[in-house]
Amino acid sequence: MVFILAAAAVIGAGIIRSSYVTEVGVAREQPVPFSHKRHVSGLGLDCRYCHTSVEESSFAGLPPTHTCMTCHSQIWVDSPMLAPVRESYRTNRSLEWIRVNDIADFAYFDHSIHVKKGIGCVTCHGQVDDMPLMWRAHSLYMEWCLECHRHPERYVRPREEVFNMHWQPPAGDQLALGRQLVKAYNIRSLTSCSTCHR
Amino acid sequence: MKRDTPKRASLDLAALRARLASTRGQQYWRSLEELAETEELQELLQREFPRQAAVLNAVSRRRFLHLLGASLALAGLNACTSKPTEKIVPYVRAPEEIIPGKPLFFATAVVRNGMALGVLVESHMGRPIKVEGNPQHPASLGATDVFAQASVLTLYDPDRSQVVTHLGQISTWNTFLSAIQTRLALQRITKGAGLRILTETVTSPTLAAQLHALLEGFPAAKWHQYDAVGRDHARAGAVLAFGEHVDARYDFRRAEVILSLDADFLSALPGSVRYAREFAARRRVQPDQATMNRLYVVESSPSLTGSVADHRLPLRPSEIEALAWMVAHKVGIVPGEFPGGQSLAQHARWIEAVVRDLQQHSGSSLVLVGDGQLPVVHAIGHALNTALGNVGSTVVYTAPVEARPVDHAASLRDLVVDMEAGRVEILVVLGGNPAYTAPADLEFVEHLSKVKLRIHWGLYYDETAALCHWHLPATHPFESWGDARTYDGTATILQPLIAPLYDGRSAHEVLAALLGQPGRSSYDIVRDYWKTWYQGGDFESFWQTALHDGVVAGTTFVPRSVSLRPDWARRQERNQGADVKHQPRQPTPPPLTLIFRPDPTVWDGSFANNGWLQELPKPLTQLTWDNAALLSPATAERLGLANEEVIELRVRERTVRAPVWILPGHAENAVTVSLGYGRTRAGRVGNGVGFNAYSLRLAETPWYVEGLEIRKTGQTYRLACTQNHHSLEGRPLVLSATLTEYQEHPDFVHEFIHVPAPQMTLYPPYTYEGYAWGMVIDINACIGCGVCVVACQAENNIPIVGKDQILVGREMHWLRVDRYYQGDLDNPTTYHQPIPCMHCENAPCEVVCPVAATTHSDEGLNDMVYNRCVGTRYCANNCPYKVRRFNFLQYADLQTPSVKLLYNPDVTVRTRGVMEKCTYCVQRINAARIQAKLEERKIGDGEVMTACQQACPTQAIVFGDLNDPMSRVSQGKADPRHYPLLAELNTRPRTTYLARVRNPNPAIAEGETE
Repeated sequence: MVFILAAAAVIGAGIIRSSYVTEVGVAREQPVPFSHKRHVSGLGLDCRYCHTSVEESSFAGLPPTHTCMTCHSQIWVDSPMLAPVRESYRTNRSLEWIRVNDIADFAYFDHSIHVKKGIGCVTCHGQVDDMPLMWRAHSLYMEWCLECHRHPERYVRPREEVFNMHWQPPAGDQLALGRQLVKAYNIRSLTSCSTCHR
Repeated sequence: MKRDTPKRASLDLAALRARLASTRGQQYWRSLEELAETEELQELLQREFPRQAAVLNAVSRRRFLHLLGASLALAGLNACTSKPTEKIVPYVRAPEEIIPGKPLFFATAVVRNGMALGVLVESHMGRPIKVEGNPQHPASLGATDVFAQASVLTLYDPDRSQVVTHLGQISTWNTFLSAIQTRLALQRITKGAGLRILTETVTSPTLAAQLHALLEGFPAAKWHQYDAVGRDHARAGAVLAFGEHVDARYDFRRAEVILSLDADFLSALPGSVRYAREFAARRRVQPDQATMNRLYVVESSPSLTGSVADHRLPLRPSEIEALAWMVAHKVGIVPGEFPGGQSLAQHARWIEAVVRDLQQHSGSSLVLVGDGQLPVVHAIGHALNTALGNVGSTVVYTAPVEARPVDHAASLRDLVVDMEAGRVEILVVLGGNPAYTAPADLEFVEHLSKVKLRIHWGLYYDETAALCHWHLPATHPFESWGDARTYDGTATILQPLIAPLYDGRSAHEVLAALLGQPGRSSYDIVRDYWKTWYQGGDFESFWQTALHDGVVAGTTFVPRSVSLRPDWARRQERNQGADVKHQPRQPTPPPLTLIFRPDPTVWDGSFANNGWLQELPKPLTQLTWDNAALLSPATAERLGLANEEVIELRVRERTVRAPVWILPGHAENAVTVSLGYGRTRAGRVGNGVGFNAYSLRLAETPWYVEGLEIRKTGQTYRLACTQNHHSLEGRPLVLSATLTEYQEHPDFVHEFIHVPAPQMTLYPPYTYEGYAWGMVIDINACIGCGVCVVACQAENNIPIVGKDQILVGREMHWLRVDRYYQGDLDNPTTYHQPIPCMHCENAPCEVVCPVAATTHSDEGLNDMVYNRCVGTRYCANNCPYKVRRFNFLQYADLQTPSVKLLYNPDVTVRTRGVMEKCTYCVQRINAARIQAKLEERKIGDGEVMTACQQACPTQAIVFGDLNDPMSRVSQGKADPRHYPLLAELNTRPRTTYLARVRNPNPAIAEGETE
């Protein structure tokens, strides 16, 4: 009886961490099949060109239709894939994107402080410049957040490299650099509940 | 009305008095029932959540176990489904200044009875959600009152009218315009002889300009004004004294001795928020400082001002008038005989001591008279201030702030006379609800039906709208452009925070339609007015500065010199309401006076549909969701009345039924009823709540009337009062001393409070390397207004629960303001004590949570994690301060679309089954900490203000970093008056208090009113 319960618990824990539940690697269907690979890797756009408030606010920001139209009023103007964008521009109705990197409503995440303290975009969002469609790279579960909050030296990088898609720690030694940066950036790695739950 | 068959037993007041007389030392008691230690109360006190109403249908035990097993089996499965899909919807074109996730603040004003209170409104992504005071506005200085805080709920009220209606059917603005144009064209022939406009007090320069333009276009038309809670007597008093309309403006910074004759200057005057700040500043004490102001209050119904008085004398309103004459006589400004002197002979020595005190502080004293007193008493007040040399120092006189001062009662009477005679063809009601608030004997409703075209403009389809042909939905002040003046004349330009939610129009747009300019927007109308006013060169930068600051520079009224008329003391109509022809039925009992007061939370009824204000416990009675007939213990004893007993009040053949509530400190032989209840068309929140006191209010006697008769009905009515809930069993919680005692022993609190030494414990001590948050609340400054409670409710998405739930003790306010009495039953000293979460260092709640949903943060806060809470309620059980609130039912409204706009996105909206409590506004702390880190600096003192701290007019609440020795909160903790609550329990609370210091006159013995 005990073995059955134990087995059920282990299987349950596995299921919760599987991509069926966490949606890691699952590309959701969007109104427009926007390709980060094309725009970031191909064209070299910085993250902040579209996600404008990532250094100032809790919310990184999603580009308004006008941002898309800065280029697409001149490039690919007849592409059927971009029809919803042109429609949005014409009718003044927003595009409705499906949220991929999402956490529960009772947890509050702030982008600006993480960017300030030297956490790179790819650390949490994965290799976005290789994604032809957007998917979630990590589970974004609390246990995953705590992994970094408890050991920030494993993940922190210099501030200048936060938006660098292909940064590697010099000489491969993340921990040595990480410990230095934790001191330099005064990273206190808060683990109080009210840091995120309010 | 729910009726309970068993009647509550009357309290034996004689026995109570005997018990009180035999006590020594500081004896505090919360309410009469507590003092009486009734069986009912003992039972109530044993249980934390008194009447655990069975809200689920009864289930058999077998079935319950079945359900339990099934739930357990299914419990883990909801994690197996994928999460609900959320969408991100960006702009099509992003506005320049909005950063998603960061709020913007806009300066505007909240207007009540014409008077503005400058506010800053917090706007998230274009939605206004919270009102804060505007530190640059003279009437606010950063603080607000309860009505300003609750105004944002009115904006999102689902019961607001949304469409133009014609004869009850949905119509359009354009249809209205065409209908009105033909009628107005007809009126032009007679120069507008049949046109009448009815407004409340107008201070808006733009609106006044439009009205004057209308009257120029229609010279025979008339503009009437009527405020249910009006200042007619103050206006008439000024005319009586000075021969002209002037407004009095007080400066409490210079007042050392204040005599208030029924004047609730801390909450009921237009400048009250500022007066409270100035008054409290003069009550702050240091051990080496000798001066503190002194307040004498003579009043009928207990008010906030009376509750902080050093000496208080309860008298009936006509007796207050007699006392005013007596004071004037003793000061030497009126000769010889005056009415009513004999009845006050017993108070002669008290009055003499007061007069001496006033005279010794010539030039730094102040005499105020309340709006409920007759004009001649106001004239006495002006004469006293003149004789005492206070004019120019503690009181100055300015031109009237309102655009056209008239006697409102006379104005309404003229309108009714015209309506009765059939002379009114078009009536435009531009604000106010006269069908509900007009004096009962004017028969406004009956004569209204004789008007051929009735147009109502207002926020709600209320009692007046239901009787009018056209109803035009109004825009809320947060939705439209406008302007208004405040108590000192300073103008504020009101700017909208959001486009009108419905098909509303502003008053400016309605008047523009009447003026034949239907297309003009409020923006253009207001701008055009100020373009004509501004004489300088660069209008744009003047406009932007005025909008940014929330004040128009250079509009404050300058004091003008006035002189007292030599014949001001001629006798006015005295004893208003004591009709000698009307003999009471039983000549032997003393006559009863009925007193009308605006309700402390619902005011004149215009806030009746505001759930926050209905549920806010009224400062002194702690009643919610109802009004009552308030009377003193002695009067109740004499008439044989008990709490919640329904009586019939009769004035001149008009009757209304009301439940009784005994209020210690009320004047003898008088009954107070508050206005604003008993509405029939307020909305889903306000309909049918309470009884309508306006039905007894007569045109000649708007504030008090003699000859009240009371008849018992034998019925009872449950009143939802919060004062007996969470009782703390008579422990010394509010400490106070007189100024002399304080100066001799500045640390007198140590006699009562014993903080245990740090003890051995298994738990490691907390270390705070960064910030350590703490709070100090100064009982000496708190006036009990309750704005902190509403501010907390607005900031933290706290739901309202309704009367039935309050009756079982389930109010959800995170912060409560307790009210304690001390001393004589008939005239006790009152104390107010706000109680938020103590955020204890040794929190009893943290150690008992089975799922660790409440933990200690590394900055000293006691965190509450809603998603982890399973609802055992052990934490609330263990909390000795009873500051935790449990969502027994789904109180938070997750359905109504407009209410969902109101929620603060930075705070979780809680569902059923989770515990919640004050968090020290952790969302504000987090935001400030992140901002400081982004800017690589520390959080400054005063940068983080909790919602309660920011709203408080007297700055009684101080919050800050205890690790910073220079912060205000650290200084508060070092103050000798500082003490924690229930220290002997070793909870080590971070929220602590400063004891009250009273400044009684040595010539008047403690509690003596003779």
